[in-house]
Amino acid sequence: MTTATAPKAAPKKDVIKEDAMLLQKELINRNYAELARAHEEGRKVAATFVPGNLNELLMCFDLARSLPETNALQNAMRKKSGKMVLDAERDGHSEDVCTYVKADLGMMLQGEKGPTGDPLPRPDVLLLSYTGCFTFMKWFELIRQKYDCETTMLHVPYQGDGKISPTMREYVVRQLKEKVIPTLEKVSGVKFDIDRLREYMKESQKAEDDLVAVLQTAKQRPSPIDGYFGAVYYIGPIFTAFRGVPEATRYYAVLKDEVLERMKSGKGPITPEGDHPGEKYRLVVEGPPNWTSFRDFWKMFYDEGAVVVASTYSKVGGVYDFGFRHDPQRPLESLAEYCLGCYTNLNFPQRIDMICRYMDEYQADGLLINSIKSCNSFSAGQLLILREVEKRTGKPAAFIESDLVDPRYFSAANIKNRLESYFQMIRQKRSAAATNEAVHA
Amino acid sequence: MSETQAQGFGALMQRCETLFEDLDFNAVKQWKAAAPGRKAIGYMPIYVPREIIHAAGMLPVGIFGGGDQLEVIQGDAYYQSYICRIPRSTIELGLTGRLDCLDGMLFPSICDVIRNLSGMWQIMFQEKYVKYFDLPQNYDDATGGRFYVHEMAALKADLERLGGKPVTEEDLRRSIQVYNENRKAVRELYAYRAGKPWQAPTSEVYLVLRAGCVLPPEEHTALIREYIAKVDEEKRPQRDNARVVLTGSFCEQPPLGLIKSIEMAGCYVVDDDFQLIQSWLLDDVSLEKPPLEALSEAFLHRSAQTSSKYDERKEDKGRHLLRQVKMRGAEGVIFAAPSFCDPALLERPMLQEILAKHKIPYTAFKYAENTGQMAPIREQAGTFADSIKLWSAA
Repeated sequence: MTTATAPKAAPKKDVIKEDAMLLQKELINRNYAELARAHEEGRKVAATFVPGNLNELLMCFDLARSLPETNALQNAMRKKSGKMVLDAERDGHSEDVCTYVKADLGMMLQGEKGPTGDPLPRPDVLLLSYTGCFTFMKWFELIRQKYDCETTMLHVPYQGDGKISPTMREYVVRQLKEKVIPTLEKVSGVKFDIDRLREYMKESQKAEDDLVAVLQTAKQRPSPIDGYFGAVYYIGPIFTAFRGVPEATRYYAVLKDEVLERMKSGKGPITPEGDHPGEKYRLVVEGPPNWTSFRDFWKMFYDEGAVVVASTYSKVGGVYDFGFRHDPQRPLESLAEYCLGCYTNLNFPQRIDMICRYMDEYQADGLLINSIKSCNSFSAGQLLILREVEKRTGKPAAFIESDLVDPRYFSAANIKNRLESYFQMIRQKRSAAATNEAVHA
Repeated sequence: MSETQAQGFGALMQRCETLFEDLDFNAVKQWKAAAPGRKAIGYMPIYVPREIIHAAGMLPVGIFGGGDQLEVIQGDAYYQSYICRIPRSTIELGLTGRLDCLDGMLFPSICDVIRNLSGMWQIMFQEKYVKYFDLPQNYDDATGGRFYVHEMAALKADLERLGGKPVTEEDLRRSIQVYNENRKAVRELYAYRAGKPWQAPTSEVYLVLRAGCVLPPEEHTALIREYIAKVDEEKRPQRDNARVVLTGSFCEQPPLGLIKSIEMAGCYVVDDDFQLIQSWLLDDVSLEKPPLEALSEAFLHRSAQTSSKYDERKEDKGRHLLRQVKMRGAEGVIFAAPSFCDPALLERPMLQEILAKHKIPYTAFKYAENTGQMAPIREQAGTFADSIKLWSAA
């Protein structure tokens, strides 16, 4: 679960990027450079996960931040993750479990170099925000077992009843006060200052407003963005080490201006090969992307004229489009609500409601589920999501399978075939609907 | 005298086997039919506080999937090939009406698959009571404890509504007492098996414990004790088998044939985590304290370690497994995990490393609840048993 940056070594010279994409790349690479220097500069390093990422809180303790899912996907986009996964399996990890974990452990086995080639130091503290994914807990237990890092657990209860109760919020806040903050103070030697947290949260709000504005431009026809393949770049800073940082706020302001300009000009999204060839199909996508063949995967969509207008994956590090914002007036409660509200912490009826709402508000032609072998949190039960969304919206849904960072599970031919059949199905539905309308006119 | 008390050993085992094989849950239907208005609540692995269900006058029913006798047809349509089998066979049980006798289902926090199944159940069986039951991963009384007490109070309130009557503190205390006695009997059975594994093979012990999924706890307690008394009278040969702890099978269960195969291959299983709910709380729950607080304290401070629970400190990892090995005099550990089981398979390398440090031999394999080919497992378990015997002789 997480976000992408454009790879450092772009495979083709003619890859087209928006200005905001370049700025985003700079930010993410800067974070890797900061991580590489952290220990020699006397800074401590924290690792934490994208969903339930308490970036503003970690910054209160001057901690450098490493996001292991992002490291794994960055390695995958650079075609490095396959060997890492194999190395971890040779080290005793089951072929059945999450490949993010194995890519991370494999990277450490290969000598603790990060995706950019810079050293990636061992974390001084693991902030185990146990939010919407069981594997997170074991992942950091595995790292703790190997490197003996200080670990602090933040248990975020699941929204089993489809709501956040006061008890759930209070439980998370108490953990922040009693466990997480004291541990971060001890590791960093920095005393917690709640006003500093408030200041970061003010920045977060601005970035969140702009991100939502960007994502919602996809309601226009044609959509000026791709809400999945493009959105994984857009969410990069805010889902990782930059939420609450002024540079990220600037990034989202630039991005918003760019996208609004495209919208005014009636342009579609930018793809790695230039302007989108023209919007023929509007899709909602559920599930994370495949990272090992990200560009090839994207190309299968834009070559056919498909644009993803909304995705659930772009909400994995925070659902902002239904009104939630970090609130400096009630900082700890707000952090709790942020964690509780991440997409994979929502129950099944909530997830289905959200997808149906996207289908309606973004005038989508259908739902595509990319089912990820590694990720039971997303994947277990997705076939019921498919049935329910089809039943409720009357629009066609399709199902493809791949994996996050294990190249063995990306079958380009199979996926392409399925997508082509799916687009054909949408066309047939459209012409049937048009015929029906003509008959009843 | 209970139904089982007057029967011979063969009849007792036959009854356990019948209960185990009955995927129509006739025992539950009979219990409900015996008095008007009775309700039954299903629960999935690993742990829910059954005391609350019992105190509401309802029958807690353990649902451990469909085993190897259920043909899964509809359930497969809900899951990809890389998801374990227990959710698909549980859906099959639900869609074929076999769980109609249940008035509700509880899905405790164990992994993302069972968690998601709770929401699927809400959608697919809308007329039933469904609850995702969260267990705390923070073990401070004032934090995790407070949250857990609230979760239990919410469950109690739901069951009061469902049952149409209040559940008093006295009701809860009585139920705690009933389950304390049940857990005591389970501990006695585990101790008996560890002392005389040739007398109480795990293939039998498993069936006796599994009966606790569908019988009222009072009857199950009597059944366990009757089994111990009767099996002790049987004349059974002692073999030179390797004593092993079997771990990783706490959710989707192995087929009975797999347990028998391990035993036939020369292993005495002297401890396991098959139906962890029955031995999860390690000692008696206090009858002196407010009941929900007492249940919370027992969970937070005196419950078994398993991979679905967070280990607060690195040095806690594997402590429970090492204790099982030591307490039962085991010579090795078999990691038997269901395919695609995140909790068991992610935990396994950590536990293996700890065992290696303590020079405790281990072997590992995967299974599914409908695994049919036992020969490879028998060969692996046999080789493991032989290596233990050779090693200990060296």
